Amino acid sequence: MKTGMKTATMIRNSDHDFLTRVKESEADTFAQKAVAKAQDAQWVKREGAREELGNWEEWRNLGEQIRQHSVRYLPDYLEEFSDNVEKNGGHVFFAQTDVEARDFIVNLAKEKQVKNVVKSKSMVTSEIGIDKALLKIPGMNLLETDLAEFILQQDDWDEPTHLVFPALHKNRDQVREVFMKKLGYEGDNDPQHLARFARKVMRERFLKNEMSITGCNFAVADNGMINLDTNEGNADLCMAIPKIQVVCMGMERIVPGLKEAETMDNMLARSAVGQKITTYCTFTSKQVDGESDGPEEFYVVIIDNGRSNALGTDFEPILQCIRCASCLNVCPIYRHIGGHGYGSIYPGPVGSVLSPVLQGNYDDFADLPYACSLCAACTATCPVKIPLHKLLIKHREIEMDDLHQSKLIDDVVMRVVGLGTGHSSLFRTALGMDHAMLAPLTKNQPETAENLYSNDKHLEWMPFVFGGWTKVRDLPDPPAHSKNFRSWFHTHEPVAADPKVAQHTAQREKEIKAEGKA
Amino acid sequence: MKVVIFSTCVVDLMFPNVGKAMVEVLERFGCETYMPMQQICCGQPTYNSGYIKTTKHVMHNEVDALLSVDADYIVGPAGSCVNMLKELPGHLQGEPAYQAKAQAVADKTYEFSQFVYRVLGIENAGAQLDAVATYHRSCHMTRLLGERVSPFALLDHVQDLKMVPLPHIENCCGFGGMFSMKEPEISKQMVDEKVNDVISTNASVLISCDPGCLMNIGGRFNRRGEKITIMHLAEVLNHNVDMSRVTYVDSKEGVLV
Repeated sequence: MKTGMKTATMIRNSDHDFLTRVKESEADTFAQKAVAKAQDAQWVKREGAREELGNWEEWRNLGEQIRQHSVRYLPDYLEEFSDNVEKNGGHVFFAQTDVEARDFIVNLAKEKQVKNVVKSKSMVTSEIGIDKALLKIPGMNLLETDLAEFILQQDDWDEPTHLVFPALHKNRDQVREVFMKKLGYEGDNDPQHLARFARKVMRERFLKNEMSITGCNFAVADNGMINLDTNEGNADLCMAIPKIQVVCMGMERIVPGLKEAETMDNMLARSAVGQKITTYCTFTSKQVDGESDGPEEFYVVIIDNGRSNALGTDFEPILQCIRCASCLNVCPIYRHIGGHGYGSIYPGPVGSVLSPVLQGNYDDFADLPYACSLCAACTATCPVKIPLHKLLIKHREIEMDDLHQSKLIDDVVMRVVGLGTGHSSLFRTALGMDHAMLAPLTKNQPETAENLYSNDKHLEWMPFVFGGWTKVRDLPDPPAHSKNFRSWFHTHEPVAADPKVAQHTAQREKEIKAEGKA
Repeated sequence: MKVVIFSTCVVDLMFPNVGKAMVEVLERFGCETYMPMQQICCGQPTYNSGYIKTTKHVMHNEVDALLSVDADYIVGPAGSCVNMLKELPGHLQGEPAYQAKAQAVADKTYEFSQFVYRVLGIENAGAQLDAVATYHRSCHMTRLLGERVSPFALLDHVQDLKMVPLPHIENCCGFGGMFSMKEPEISKQMVDEKVNDVISTNASVLISCDPGCLMNIGGRFNRRGEKITIMHLAEVLNHNVDMSRVTYVDSKEGVLV
């Protein structure tokens, strides 16, 4: 990434360094179990829902095309969308930065003398820090109405851990405690009772609020409507009751028309929660004359906040993201460090790619591209085919090749590895010496992992970056030069081919050559 | 059939038995094997760590080495490294001379089990192993190389071998090349879950087609003092072989794609 890019300033959500966060996550055994359980359950639901649809790979191709097309022609579709919102009697504000977006909404609330705001369904509002800014207005009441976000708000604005299940890390006892302490709840820990209680609190607030702030799953360019997909219906109440509605959307959340929105909704619900479609799938705009509900004033804030850093770069595909979070649900790293481990409001593989892009540098997120084993489960599940693991390698390339961010000694070691694996004479020397050089480090102990670890010797300590290996597991003692594979190959007598099988192989060779495949 | 052995640096450095087993199986099936000594490594460890510039000459060396013998096929004992060879043309874009060579390498490279099952068309390799085993399906082999069938097809025909399913088979073991060394805290949690999953199957043997994963899981087993036998698929197919047991893939299914 170039210097002087736009900078998202509020996406970091932890003051602790990466290693501390990883250790905190590991210590939180409840959250760890909850994540693993949710991943396992989502796996079954998601794959089932996709299978039921059939031809999933073709749907993915279509999803990729729709999103790539929308991003490629982003300025055109944003203009078309903006024109149509205005035609419908709404207003559009383009915010380049989080500050601009926040100021616009705060000023609007002040100007309209709003004292009660309900919110629903938006990650981008976390990105611009709107909650804290609104609460600075004297007399302001603000309520999150997604059940999970509601719980987090009551728990002194605890940070979410998942894009789709923000309170995944809390159990029913913790929720009950929060409700008792903050809202005077007196019931038991039955999730149904807890939800019913929360609903009662929220319903009262829906009726007396003047402004709502919602997010936006997709903005439909050709009719200027906003598409929201929810399961609780609270976003619908946010849209139906208050006179003023503010929609916050990342600038990339656009689709050309309703047909594309329908396709994406289908893929989103299946990927996010393993459902065919969410309980509420709503398209809305300003209240039309004669309608009994919907906002009389309708504002759409279209937020850049570092997204344009990706345009025209290798990172452009990250703008295809539809925030289904299926990459989190398959990620083995997320499984073990949870959302809080990432230190960004966007966790998981998508967050590791997106956070440095939005920030425009690696100041806060240098570790995230390395918090990945490149297993590519994220890339394989992504409904819009973002090559997530490849984009993480791209980040690494910038960090190492361009910015030289590695710790000095590790950097030297990696460059030596590069040298040694690129020159055969050096490698042969290394192969000859490794056994002797490592000999002082080997331990003579009975091996429990037999066969591959059957030299009766192994290593428990290695220097430099390799020490990361032996911190956790043993390393087999490398064979002496005379016993390594190359030396063996040099001197071995080829095994006699079995005549019958050799005949078959020769026949196969002929067939393959005839088919022109070899 | 002339086959160049793509030995991989992990097998060269650590696991001669895997290389030997692969060579012996192939020779027994009528392949002439060649081992260009100039070869070292596909470049994956440094490439994936972000040292792309440093890795270019590693990739050049490997391509030149593997093409130094005029063979029909290049066969390697590691799904991940084989996949890297398949990706080389993409990594060498902008270098027309090497890109064309890398394409030639990619076109004739196969992972060991793929080669046996899909190219040679063998479904029963004649091996026998009296054990209960489970299989670790490595990420790069399954998701990037796209090979989900060949190892299972071959293992299904090993006499006396009982295969039991591994829970969370889709999850990474925590190796991930340099990830295992750079992020040991996370990697430990991942490999521990894998070790626990393997233990839960009551299998006495863990089999895979990726020496890197086996080195990781085996190394953790060893550190924890838990008992397991670790085998590469090539070693399984080279175990108690009786050629009269060999059978072939007779349908079009499973043959070179």
